[in-house]
Amino acid sequence: MEFAELAREQLPRLYGLARQLVGEDAEDLVQECLLKAYRSHAELRDRQAAPAWLTRIMVNCARDRFRSRGRRVRESPLPDVEDFSLYRVIAAEDPFPYSDSLHLDFLHRFGPEDVWAVLRGLPEIYRLPLVLVHMHDVSTKQAARLLSVPLGTLLARLHRGRKQFEKDLWTYAREHDLLRETAREGT
Amino acid sequence: MIRCEDALRDLWGYLCDEVTPESRARIAEHLDACRRCCGEIAFLNELRRVVAEAEPELPADVGVRMEAFLATLEGSTDDRPDAQG
Repeated sequence: MEFAELAREQLPRLYGLARQLVGEDAEDLVQECLLKAYRSHAELRDRQAAPAWLTRIMVNCARDRFRSRGRRVRESPLPDVEDFSLYRVIAAEDPFPYSDSLHLDFLHRFGPEDVWAVLRGLPEIYRLPLVLVHMHDVSTKQAARLLSVPLGTLLARLHRGRKQFEKDLWTYAREHDLLRETAREGT
Repeated sequence: MIRCEDALRDLWGYLCDEVTPESRARIAEHLDACRRCCGEIAFLNELRRVVAEAEPELPADVGVRMEAFLATLEGSTDDRPDAQG
């Protein structure tokens, strides 16, 4: 198996994952991941397993960085999110009174960079499960293994992370002027 | 039948197939009768799609540097797996 060919196929996805994991240090993280993968790619028997294999290496590299920089992974308190519902807040606040598809209009104000910016604001402990499961199609069982936590812990973090993400989307929309009727319409 | 407030806490789990079969049955029963929670499930599903498609793109200049890095790896000898023993 040609390593460079395999790596090239995965580069865009790896870079996206690295951005979501470490932000501006993404390029360094991709290089570190590729170097480690190159050194051990003889162990990879099944090319179909390459995406998951590279994801595992990258997540391990990122976690090593978090640890080496003293960024302790803690259960950050996320008060008042358990019962938050973005759907209901949008309905109650009715930011686009003339819209007949209020909720979809709200979501479609968000470009990829906006969504990514909101995700980046989440504590690592909640962001990593969300990124792996919702952006990289990793199963919850696989994500639990990658992050070395029990499945129940992973599911609890996903739940809280999603709720906080919903709340942060609303805050971001208000702070970035996405709730104006003319926002993102170019008029 | 469970109330909206109870269903609300598990709608994400229901959507992503992360709840127990018993909980799934209770939420499904609620959704059969609750238009608002059906709307919320559809909204969460669309939000899930928006998130899945929000992956940052590989900038051209980064791509060029990565290509050069891969070429360096391929050209090196010390790091080759078959050169380590």
